[in-house]
Amino acid sequence: MKANCWYGVKKVRVEEVPDPKILNDHDAIVRITSSAICGSDLHIYNGFIPTMERGDVLGHEFMGEVVEIGKDVKKLKAGDRVVVAFPISCGSCFACESHLYSCCENTNPNAWMAEKMWGYSPAGIFGYSHMLGGFAGGQAQYARVPFADVGTIKIPNGLSDDQVLFLSDIFPTGYMAAENCDIEPGDVIAVWGCGPVGQFAIKSAFLLGAERVIAIDRFAYRLRMAREEGGAETLNYEEVDDLYEALKEMTGGRGPDACIDAVGMEAHGTEYAYDRVKQSLMLETDRPIALRQAIMACRNGGNLSIIGVYGGFLDKVPIGSLMNRSIKVKTGQAHVQNYMGPLLERVQKGEIDPSFVITHRMSLDDAPQGYDMFLNKRNDCVKVVLKPN
Amino acid sequence: MAVQLADRVGSRRGMRRRRASRRQGDQQWFPGTATHAYAERLARGLGWFSIGLGLAEVMAPRAFGRLIGVFDHAGLLRTIGLREIASGIGALTERNPAPAIWSRVAGDAMDLSLLGLALTSPNKNRDRVAAATAAVAGIAALDTFCAQKLTESDEPTPARALLGAPIHVIKAVTINRKPEEVYSFWHNFENLPRFMSHLWEVRVIDDRRSHWRARAPAGMTVEWDSEITEDKPNERISWRSLEGADVENSGTVRFEPGPRGRGTEVHVEIRYTPPGGRLGAMIAMLFGEEPSQQMREDLRNLKRVMETGEIIRSEASLGRIAHAARPPGRLPAR
Repeated sequence: MKANCWYGVKKVRVEEVPDPKILNDHDAIVRITSSAICGSDLHIYNGFIPTMERGDVLGHEFMGEVVEIGKDVKKLKAGDRVVVAFPISCGSCFACESHLYSCCENTNPNAWMAEKMWGYSPAGIFGYSHMLGGFAGGQAQYARVPFADVGTIKIPNGLSDDQVLFLSDIFPTGYMAAENCDIEPGDVIAVWGCGPVGQFAIKSAFLLGAERVIAIDRFAYRLRMAREEGGAETLNYEEVDDLYEALKEMTGGRGPDACIDAVGMEAHGTEYAYDRVKQSLMLETDRPIALRQAIMACRNGGNLSIIGVYGGFLDKVPIGSLMNRSIKVKTGQAHVQNYMGPLLERVQKGEIDPSFVITHRMSLDDAPQGYDMFLNKRNDCVKVVLKPN
Repeated sequence: MAVQLADRVGSRRGMRRRRASRRQGDQQWFPGTATHAYAERLARGLGWFSIGLGLAEVMAPRAFGRLIGVFDHAGLLRTIGLREIASGIGALTERNPAPAIWSRVAGDAMDLSLLGLALTSPNKNRDRVAAATAAVAGIAALDTFCAQKLTESDEPTPARALLGAPIHVIKAVTINRKPEEVYSFWHNFENLPRFMSHLWEVRVIDDRRSHWRARAPAGMTVEWDSEITEDKPNERISWRSLEGADVENSGTVRFEPGPRGRGTEVHVEIRYTPPGGRLGAMIAMLFGEEPSQQMREDLRNLKRVMETGEIIRSEASLGRIAHAARPPGRLPAR
């Protein structure tokens, strides 16, 4: 089959690899009909995710048709149309029973690597480094899905791929970001980053009862999408003198009730040069520019929701501001399995059509161009969907 | 058992001393004697050898790689070269060259394991890699001899006591199952190879005794008979190896209910004397068989088997050698 493989910094190529095989009794093999490039794939593309190997198959947002099942798969059969959750979760450990699916205790064969870096290991993830399992990803014609009963949701007829594909990651991810804000009536939510996850965080914040959402980015076309599709007020941080003053002004001097960091480790902004140098010298692994701002801007006692991906260690995070002002922090990779059902219902009821973020559709063969365009924000790119078959 | 062993190590040391005394008249064997002076000269020779080899690897890694039959690891060879140079400088400039020579012993073990890996890679010249392996093995013997002679003294050092002692591992894992389920799974010893990666087979002989076969470093197999010394249903099992074991070992596993019914805490404590003695243990560690990490992985796999019925595999975790996360061409034997 064809698959998009990682070969180094800004090097991916589509090549012929063997078809996936059933390796465990709870596996299913899925013939992929749609697969997306995620913003977090760009962290891999830019070389910021450790423990990648040349030749790794990328991709963790995909859906398709079940073609084969292992002997312990109970809920699926060949022919079922499914969306696959990006965290691989067993469904029977303490974490899964506590609905913390992305922290599953059993699905990372390389848990020891993650333990070295993070203390304990979270769940394995498709196509996302060896530290997170070394699973072949879904930017391919077929994929093997471990614990397929837990990690998939069946899609009823009448819904297009475009409408449901993002149940695999970015819709639940954005939704969980908003849920982590513990929104109460009247709340004003500020969202750093208007990429696909930021767009879903904005929509979800309104679905969960936010009064106003303020979206922050530097790309006019993404801010436009946040305004027109999401109904947010927007702030281009490159066009205001002082972001904090602007946010204070917009919130009656008090600050947003909750701040969502939907940017993560490769942020841009005023301290970019400083953090980029430290990152190059290995004095920090991630650039926490958006995170610093989200902490400093949040109102006293407000909620900070970190959903952008971080990998390692940060410099000059204003912990004093966080602690002394009673800011509550919630974070985590999305526990997708929790949200797929309820969010599919919202799609069915027409409360949201997730396809609004798609700006580009291309063949799997063009994945390298897709990565390049997405990274460099060319052609007003927000979300690329690949068609492998 | 630890005490017993420590005694035995002590008596071995005494014997060596007696032998040495015989050879050298009544002279005690301590730093400053003729043998020690010889070892110091040898250390200097090894130091210069180390620097020469290191320079070759740093300055011409590709040519050096061709010489030893490995074709695409120039960066790795450079790193190894830097290590060689550091060991060499240490051996030549430190007042006590022993640590530098021990570092060469560790380096040799690392090189042997890397050459072992190279043998399995597609891009190599098999004969040259084999010749290089033989050469490194020879040097390793010389390094070990020299390091041992340099370290000889009458005073037991903490490091020596540690290296001579049996390996002692304590680990715990919490499993989302009832204590009685985990106990009965473990109590059927024939289940153990399902999650203990170094066990080939456990055969139950009778109520108390069983026969164990395990994988040891360097492709060896070790065997022993074991007997249960304590068995409290759903709470604990203790065992120890019987006379004639290749690897003397003993252990206890406790099954405790987690707080508020949160599964079972499995606490394992194992002691064993590694095959090949302390050097064997060091080399095993360099092959990635660090006992504490090994036990951690084994318990993780017990948890996987108990909670999910299987040990999950990823595309990159098939086989023993790391490879890209992509579907395998064919399935390796399990």
